[in-house]
Order: sequence, then C-alpha cells, then structure tokens
Amino acid sequence: METQIPKIVGGGLAVIGAGIGIGLIGKGAVEGIARQPEAYGKIQTMMLIAAALIEGIAFACLFAM
Amino acid sequence: MKGTVCRLLSFFVLVLTFSVSFASENEHGATQKPLSEEERIRAEVTEVKDHHLADDYHYIFFSDKEKGEHYGFALPVILFDNGLKIFCASEFHHGEKLVEKEGQFYKLYHGKIYKTDAQGAIKYEGNFPSNEKPWDFSITKNVINIILAAALLLLIFGAMAKSYKKSAVPNGIAKFLEPIVLFVKDDIAIPNIGEKHYKRFMPFLLTVFFFIWGSNLLGLTPLAVNLTGNIAITFALAILTFIITTFSGRQTYWMHIFNPLGSSMPWYAKLPLYILLIPIEVLGIFIKPFSLMIRLFANISAGHTVIIMLLGMISIFKSWFAGPLFFGLTFFTNLIEFLVALLQAYVFTMLSALYFGFAVEEHHETEEAH
Repeated sequence: METQIPKIVGGGLAVIGAGIGIGLIGKGAVEGIARQPEAYGKIQTMMLIAAALIEGIAFACLFAM
Repeated sequence: MKGTVCRLLSFFVLVLTFSVSFASENEHGATQKPLSEEERIRAEVTEVKDHHLADDYHYIFFSDKEKGEHYGFALPVILFDNGLKIFCASEFHHGEKLVEKEGQFYKLYHGKIYKTDAQGAIKYEGNFPSNEKPWDFSITKNVINIILAAALLLLIFGAMAKSYKKSAVPNGIAKFLEPIVLFVKDDIAIPNIGEKHYKRFMPFLLTVFFFIWGSNLLGLTPLAVNLTGNIAITFALAILTFIITTFSGRQTYWMHIFNPLGSSMPWYAKLPLYILLIPIEVLGIFIKPFSLMIRLFANISAGHTVIIMLLGMISIFKSWFAGPLFFGLTFFTNLIEFLVALLQAYVFTMLSALYFGFAVEEHHETEEAH
C-alpha cells in the first residue's frame, strides 16, 4: 500500500488539473455567451470539444496509473 | 451512396473481427490469510468489473457466485496452429481442463489460450506467462457484439436508404436520422475538410460516428456489451484513421511536417530549429491517432467501472440508506454516460475529420507582410 501512495497522489493531482481546466473552459464559454447570445451554438460546440480533449489527457494519466 | 456505405461497413467488420482480445494481468500475489467480509465483497465487485471489461470465450450475461452458476453460452474457439482447429470453449471448463487437439495441448489461463505440454505447465517470465500462443481467430464475446452492432447499423441505415427510393422527402426512420447525417456533413466534414474533398471521407466519418455511438449505447444495456471500452477495438478504429490520413496526404501535408518553416528563413537558420521541430512533428503523426484510441477507450471503460463500483458500494455498505443513495448516484452517472456516449463519438469523428483536413489541405501562398 505504501508503494502505491505516489501513484494515488499523482492520479489525484491529474484529476485536479483536469477539473480546473474544464472549469476554466466553462467559465470562458458562459462569459462568451453572456456577451453575445447569438453565438450560443458555436461556443457550445467549441466548449464540448475542448472539454473532451482535456478529459482525454486526464484519462490517459489514469490509464497509465 | 448506399453501396459505398455497405462496402465500407463490411470492410470495417472484417478488420474489427480479427482484433486480438486484451485482458489485464493482475498481480500474482496469492494471499493466504482469510479475508474479512468487507474485503471479500470488494474483491468480488472488482472481479465483476474486470470480467465485464475483459473479452471472454463465453458469452455470460449473469453469474451467481454462491451457486457457481453462469447464465450464458459458450462460443467457438478457432485456433490456427499448423492447421485450423475449431472447438467449443466449454471444453476448457473455465480454465480447469487442458484441451488436446491433434497432439497439441492448450490451456485457458487468465482469459488467454496458451500452448502447453501434457501437464499444462505455464512458464513464467517475471510476472507474465511466456508460453507460446497460437494464432487466435476465435469468435469471442466482442466479435459477437461487433457483429451485433454492425447488424443493427446495417438494418437501420439500410431501411433509411431504401426509404429514399420512394421520395426525396424523408419518411420513417429517415425522419429521425437525416438531421444527424446532415449534422455530420455540415458541421464535422465540411468545416474541417473543405468543400472540395469532403465527399471522399463521408462514408468513413458516418460509419465511425454511428458505430462508436451505437457501441457506447449498447454498452449501457444489460447485454454485457463492452465494445469501445476494449483497447483493441479503439486501436482498430484509430489505425483506420491513421491509414486514411497517411495515404491521402498531399504534398502540402508532408511539407508541413518535414519543412514547417518553409521558405521564410535561409537553410542555415532553419537547421538548428529543425533538429528540435522535425522529431516532434514526426512523433505527432503517431501520437494523434494514439490519443484518439486512448481517449475513447479510457472514457468508456472508466464510465463502466464507475457504474459497477457504485452499484457494488451497495453491497459493501450494508445499511438501509445505502441502497437508495447509491442507486440514485448510479442512475445519475448512467445519465451522464448517455451524454458521454454521444460526445465521444462526436469528438472522435471531429478529430478524424480534422486530421483528414490537414492531409488534403490545398497549398495557400503565405503573404509576407513587411
């Protein structure tokens, strides 16, 4: 169990990073829509793509753990 | 259009039918001390999860641990080892018995078939068995599920294509699917690939989109399906993207990789930069499809793991409020998995279209602004 602690801590840090990253994307997306409600469709598409890419990195870390 | 889709779909099925199964190797630590009740339940839940995520030579819907009963059926094992050997997986008796065919012994060990001698000895190399493995073309659970997904797609889209013979206005299943097909064309293919070349790639993009979406949705049913959560299958999909990108690459594409800075600097200035830049670009050729594979595999298998573990928590916490709480959490997570099913299909298709767009990019003259 003791040798697993660095792995677990690293996994937790990776998920924190992904959480913050996707949170920032959400913030940017919501602010963009607030400034220009007509661009809702495009901003939503962009947000989902960027979120999926960041989750890909987080999952790659979990997969390698 | 229907002919091309049919042809591409059958090629797809052919490629994916021969994917090799991937089973994770657990630690070989045999603990002798008796496990407490909670540890035993945890081990059992983990075993259920491992069994769901892995490929298997039996199609088991549901197994009862106490009675030792498995509700399912055995599948044919097809080996090629100096001759084709076809037999039923039930001869293995879940890994207890050796199977002898024409003088060669086979043993089912941790989900894989190995060639052994008459005693069934497994030679180890470190932590992994180092016995030889025969060429395995078995119809495993995943192969049956691929055929099921392909049959569903053929059925639905065949019906849709036939309904267009009557009128250009869609009716029936086409009324539901046409906006989605047009979405793939207008929002995924054309912005990324461009008006001139997108038609060539439309069959592949449509197939991949609906296959991934369909397999993800099938994984959420009680049919014990786990297609896109298997790295061999996502590997096959990513390899197809890689092959199509490489073989439809034009001069501009290869120039962007091996000569990114172009004619903006003299050669002696580009050289030190290229020593760093070109290996990164070459690695990028392989890492982009690799990330496609990992993203899809990890998303779907992580989703299945979370659902199984959450349901297992009900058995671990045997209090009367654990049931409704974890059921509610699992239901919520299942709803999120529906979103993830569509989203991962969309992201895979969009990134494939993006890579195709890079490959067939036309050459624009860059203007030097002085």
